[in-house]
Formats: sequence, C-alpha cells, structure tokens
Amino acid sequence: MLKLSRRFLLPYGIWMILFTVVPLGMVAYFAFFDQGQFTTAGITRIFSFMPNLLLSFKLALIATVVSLLLAYPFAYILSRKPERSRITYMMLMMLPMWMSFLLKTYAWMTLLEDTGIINNLLSALHLPTFHMINTEGAVILGMIYDFLPFMIMPLYTVMIKIDRSVIEAAQDLGANSAHILFRVVMPLSLPGIVSGVTMVFVPAVSTFYISQKLGGGKITLIGDIIESQFKQVYNFNFGSAMSLTLMILIFIVMGIMNHFDNEAIEGTLV
Amino acid sequence: MKKSVSNIYIILIFLFLYLPILVFIFFSFNEANSRSVFTGFSLQWYQELFEKKDIMRALGNSLLVAAISSVAATVIGVIGATAIVNMKKRARAAVMNITYLPIINPEIVTGIALMLLFTFIAGLFHLELGMWSVTIAHITFSTPYVVLNVLPKLRQADASLFHAAQDLGCTPMQSFFKVILPEIMPGIMSGMLMAFTLSFDDFIISHFTSGSTFQTLPIAIYAMTKRKVKPYLNALFALIFVVVLVLLVLMNLKSIREAKTKERNL
Repeated sequence: MLKLSRRFLLPYGIWMILFTVVPLGMVAYFAFFDQGQFTTAGITRIFSFMPNLLLSFKLALIATVVSLLLAYPFAYILSRKPERSRITYMMLMMLPMWMSFLLKTYAWMTLLEDTGIINNLLSALHLPTFHMINTEGAVILGMIYDFLPFMIMPLYTVMIKIDRSVIEAAQDLGANSAHILFRVVMPLSLPGIVSGVTMVFVPAVSTFYISQKLGGGKITLIGDIIESQFKQVYNFNFGSAMSLTLMILIFIVMGIMNHFDNEAIEGTLV
Repeated sequence: MKKSVSNIYIILIFLFLYLPILVFIFFSFNEANSRSVFTGFSLQWYQELFEKKDIMRALGNSLLVAAISSVAATVIGVIGATAIVNMKKRARAAVMNITYLPIINPEIVTGIALMLLFTFIAGLFHLELGMWSVTIAHITFSTPYVVLNVLPKLRQADASLFHAAQDLGCTPMQSFFKVILPEIMPGIMSGMLMAFTLSFDDFIISHFTSGSTFQTLPIAIYAMTKRKVKPYLNALFALIFVVVLVLLVLMNLKSIREAKTKERNL
C-alpha cells in the first residue's frame, strides 16, 4: 500500500462535507423550520398530497418492472455475442443514453400529441386516431424510454462476466434452459438487477420534466410538487419536507433491495 | 430458429430506442414550421439555429462550466482517492458513504439542497445565483465519479515500485508524480471524461442552482420547450446526435481494432 500523507483527504473531505452533508442538513432544517420558527406545517401538509406520492411510486414501479423485463433478455442476448459485434451494439446502446433527455422526452411529445406524428400517420391511412398524450401511459412510456439504457448497462456488465463454462457445466449436469435461466444466470446477475432497478426507479420516481411534457399538467408527481415549491411558490418549508420524505422513502426501498442482493451473494456461495 | 428470434428482439429494442430520435431528426429538415406535418426539404432551421444568440451563448456556458468543473473535480477527486486508499477500514467506509451520497440521492434532492445552501451564501454576500453556483454544484456531483474511477487503479498500482522509487532517492512527492500517476492515468482520464459529460448533460441540478439569469444549454432547452417551439430545436438535436456519434466512434476505435486483431489471431 502506498503511504501518502493523510492531509490529502482534506480537500475532498472538506468539499464533500460543505456541499453534500451541509446542504442535506439544511433540507432537514427547512423541513421543520419556517423563517426560524419550528413548525410541523410542512410535514403535515404532505398527507394531503398522499395521492401524488402513491401515483409517483406506482408509475415509477411499473416503468421499472417493464424496463427490467425488456432489458433482461436484451442484455443476455448481447452478452453472448462475439466481442467485435458487442462493441458496436454497446455503442448503439450508449448513443441514445448520451442524448439530452429533455429533447428525447420532447420528441415523444411530438409523436404522441393529438395532432402529433402518430395520429397524423393514422388519419392519413384512414385509421382511427388515439388520445395518447397527457395520460399515465404516456408518462410511463417516457420513463421507460429515457431510463431503459440505465437498466441495460449494469445487467450487461454483470452478464458478460458470467463464464460460458458455468452454463455448459449446468447443461452437462442436465439443466434445461429454464433451469439455467432461473438457477444459474439469474442469481449470478442479481447485483446487475439491483443496480439497474435503482438506476431506473430513483430518477423515475423523482422526475418532473417527463410528467410536465407527457402528462401535460394533468399528472402531478412528487417531483412536480417539489419543483414548483422551489421555482415558483418559494415555499422552502413544504418543499424541503417533501424532499426529505422522498429521500427517506427511496433509502427505505434501496435498503430492501440491497438486502436481496446480499442474500443472493451468500446464496450463490453456499 | 432460436437465433433469429433473439435477433428480431434485439432489432425491436433498437427500433424502440432509435425511431423517436430519427423521426425527430427527420423533421429538422422540414420546410414548414411544424413538428408533425412534413411538407418539403429545407435547411432553414439549421440556419435559424445558428442565428439564435441565446442558444449559442448557452452552449458556450455549458462548455465552460463542463471544462472548469471536470478539471476541478479531477484534481480534488484524485487527491482524495490517494488518501482514501490508505485509510483504515472503518474510516474508509465512512468516506465512501459520503461519496455515494450524491450518486444515490435523487438529483432533484441534490439540486434543492444545494439551492438552499447557495441561497444562504448569496444572502450573506449579496450575490446572485449564477455561474459560480452551477460550477460548484457540478464539481460536487462529478467528483465522486472521479474517485470511483481512480480508486480501483490505485489499488492495482504496485506499491513496491513506489517504495523502490523512494529507495532510489525520490521524495514521496516525486515518486507519486513519476511512478503512481502514470499508472493510474487511464482511471483519471475516464473519470475526467465522465465528469465532463455529466456536467454538460446535467439539467436537473443546474435548474435549481442557476438562478434566473444564467443559462446552460439544457436550461435554455428547458425554457424553450415551455412554449411551442419551431423545428430549430430538432436541428439542435440532430447536431448533438452527430457529435455524440463521432465521439463514441472515436472512443471505441481502439477497442474495435483490438477485438479485430484478437479475432484474426484466433
């Protein structure tokens, strides 16, 4: 191990305390204090927004599950391809990931609008048109579209590490393809599932742009409420209370997820 | 049979990922001022895009903030990582927990938390939120990624080389710069690149820390999409697409060539 002075930690340590720990402390403070006065008004007001909280979790959960179901076979198939085509496929995968999610979401809006591209195409073909924009389905679609690559990446990363010989050994010992999937590949890819699920769920449950553009103000999520408190209403007390609640709920969900992860790692070792 | 099913599945997912992008880009060549009815080919929206002073200024701001914050994050992160690698287990766990905090936390929470701090500081010194607050925010969320990119390389670095350099008369500082630094360079470079792209792409945290006058490119895009926008936004998207494509190909050229020679040798 290299011996370098412990003082080297100082710049990073001070920076992170000043700009990560202190601001989060301020969120906790503002959640309970309004203009220096202790108050529980912000916290109690959250209960009147229960439907929005539940809706956010519902939409984010659906988007996460669908992303996982779409991404899992995709990542598995890609991980079994020869190395050269894998690099090309990965590049194709990362390209949409690097595009501004604002413009990607906006692009979906132009597709889904009542007089949007899809409906124009349908009516040109003399087919009935659909009302798609400003529905829960449109918001879920936007979440899946924006965050699907974040599910694929960690899954793919763990799957290319799964040794082909492990799968061959299972086949030699008489496992069919369902056995191989559920008893071999799935447990080995669990860390990828856990990080993929968090990388989709966390931005989905806290989004405000997707619900603004594809929900058209009809669908108000936690993110929308927090955003309006800080950018329009300037009620830092209620906004902080809401943010604190969101953060705690997410940490609870992630604690449960990590619990699964640890068990799986122990399980595969036994 | 099975192979063709899996190939069709791959194609379907890529279609899902690319169709909206390609359709959106297609309409950047629209003659009419419409995002959904195509009337004829024209490049007028590209011309209009370059004449938009606020977009060009926002692009410049984005590049400047990304450059400053990625360099600062790299310096702070590399120095921090060299200390973290030497720490005792429990202290390291504490530092790593703080490191993961901005990564795990929803961006909106990081954004409003920093906004509270910056508003407080701004009140103390009679400042307004602007480039300084956005830059500090970007350094804050990208430094952990630098640390996480550099740490594994530091662990792999051969400590005996570091000691050998000192036995041969280098000071610890000299041996760090001459021996360790070249060895962890790939980690530093990928960390810095990541910091740059994260900063350039960030909307949510900038949205809360930028105040009312300073605009980065994503903030300018957000402001524009609040109203009905002419197809110059499609043109902007098309240009970003081309730039990202070129960057990705350049970054992957080396690994493609390596894979090719490997296949040939097999």
